[in-house]
Amino acid sequence: MLNIALPKGRLGERVYAMFEKAGFACPSIRENNRKLIFENEECGVRYFWVKPSDVAIYVERGAADIGVAGKDILLEYEPDVYELLDLHTGVCRMAVAAKNDFHDDPRRRLRVATKFARIAEQHYASLGREIDIIHLNGSIEIAPILGLSDVIVDIVETGTTLRENNLEVVDTIVDISARLIANKANFKFKNEPIERLVASLFQQTEEQNT
Amino acid sequence: MTAREPVFKDETITSRLRALYGRYGYSQFRMRKFEEYDLYVRNKSFLISDHVITFTEPSGKLMALKPDVTLSIVKNSKETPGYVQKVYYKESVYRVDKDSDTFKEITQVGLECVGDIDDYSIFEVLLLAVESLREIGEEFVLDISHLGIVSAVLDEAGVAAAYRAPILRCIGEKNSHGVAALCREAGVDETKIAAIVKLVTTYGERQRVLAVLEEMSLGESGRAALAQLRCVLTALEKEAPAGSIRVDFSVIHDMNYYNGIVFRGFLYGIPSGILSGGQYDYLMQKMGKNGGAIGFAVYPDLLERLASPQQKYDVDTVLLYDEALPLADVRAAARALAADGKSVTVQKSLPGKLRYRQLCRLNESGVEILEEHA
Repeated sequence: MLNIALPKGRLGERVYAMFEKAGFACPSIRENNRKLIFENEECGVRYFWVKPSDVAIYVERGAADIGVAGKDILLEYEPDVYELLDLHTGVCRMAVAAKNDFHDDPRRRLRVATKFARIAEQHYASLGREIDIIHLNGSIEIAPILGLSDVIVDIVETGTTLRENNLEVVDTIVDISARLIANKANFKFKNEPIERLVASLFQQTEEQNT
Repeated sequence: MTAREPVFKDETITSRLRALYGRYGYSQFRMRKFEEYDLYVRNKSFLISDHVITFTEPSGKLMALKPDVTLSIVKNSKETPGYVQKVYYKESVYRVDKDSDTFKEITQVGLECVGDIDDYSIFEVLLLAVESLREIGEEFVLDISHLGIVSAVLDEAGVAAAYRAPILRCIGEKNSHGVAALCREAGVDETKIAAIVKLVTTYGERQRVLAVLEEMSLGESGRAALAQLRCVLTALEKEAPAGSIRVDFSVIHDMNYYNGIVFRGFLYGIPSGILSGGQYDYLMQKMGKNGGAIGFAVYPDLLERLASPQQKYDVDTVLLYDEALPLADVRAAARALAADGKSVTVQKSLPGKLRYRQLCRLNESGVEILEEHA
């Protein structure tokens, strides 16, 4: 039985469609209910819906054999997993944003509000810039408006939220997309179905890109 | 479809591993709980976790609780030409747990071969890695890589030094798309990128993987590494269960310390590698020692990560007694009930939530059975 952790929400649903096409269907998952675990013994597959930021933990700890997690989560938590495939979906970028009239003063320590402390630290360390991290869990965009921070480091998809709050992207740190990850041990012991799935998903992403 | 249940032989793993290493002529290496902090500062990147618990001795010397065993063994090794010092150990090390960000005491059982090592020494250490995994569980895989081959492929591609660490990290993640993106950024030629990606995506049984490597441009040092890998694996496969030995270049250790064959062992049911090892001649050189070294460590604490099978009962029998009864009578009744290795708890009253197979009461006329469960 292949255990697959999917991120709850639109991304998870899009990715499930790809898994279904790859021969790992589980029709009960499309039923409108509050169940979190779905199984199809015939295809030898079991899906879990989990919080997107928790997928990597389920996979690292082996509760799920494989899963789909955003590159942002992989960079932030550095789980000890295999990153087998870029699924080219859930595409966005990790960016530095600030108020439209922001002017960086390099003599001052930069105050950075973010959910992604490690990514922000590493980015500014690579620039040799000293920063003060302000760890927030949501509505990051408010921080520079209220003077809590100079800039924010956050995920930017379309940029609409930034624009509506008079913020703009000043730097892109890294491009983000959904990745297929696998538990390192379970990859060895359930190699055949995982390889079969990877081959089909790879083909689907190639077709999508052409 | 029924799920396979992982099988582990028993809970006496550490003692059986020590007995195994003893049978191969390895002698036990005992060390102090503390080392001078300086040893770890000089080799910080060799450590799995670079946080160390330190304290000052009355003499003013800064000491550390051991975060690692290998450094102490290498430090104390004595060079004798043509001789290989073979030691095993069971030690506690103190490292920061990534998830909780707190120090944890971790039990480590392992062995080291230090000195004039050759292909036989390498083969023997790999064989003992296989035997160690066999001692712990029934279904296992030993992934083996050769850093000389990985290094040769990167050399052939002309990968600049600044890009090596991130590319190696991607190889360790089997992240072929990440490898390709970094190589493009580094200006590596597309055919060379394809070779590195092939190294990442080719793994499995020796014959298939080595056939792919034969076709690749490896240079002189890479060819020598490939020949060594073939020689050692051919001998090892005769000693290991079919399919348990795999070549996998995602086993990456720090190339500032490790140079040759590196490996990691996995057991079915345990979500991370339970055994890790490799050849670390560069560490020897950094510590001013001649010769080479290879070894591995097993982490038996990882078995605790498994959900233990639920036991139906806490105890076989609860024997209730009256304080007025002679002690000898209570003891005799308990001994009789404990025949055939059954567990018996002697209590004045029934403890809450205790799950038992049989409930008995001892009174003046003897043992009376009050309840019995299948």
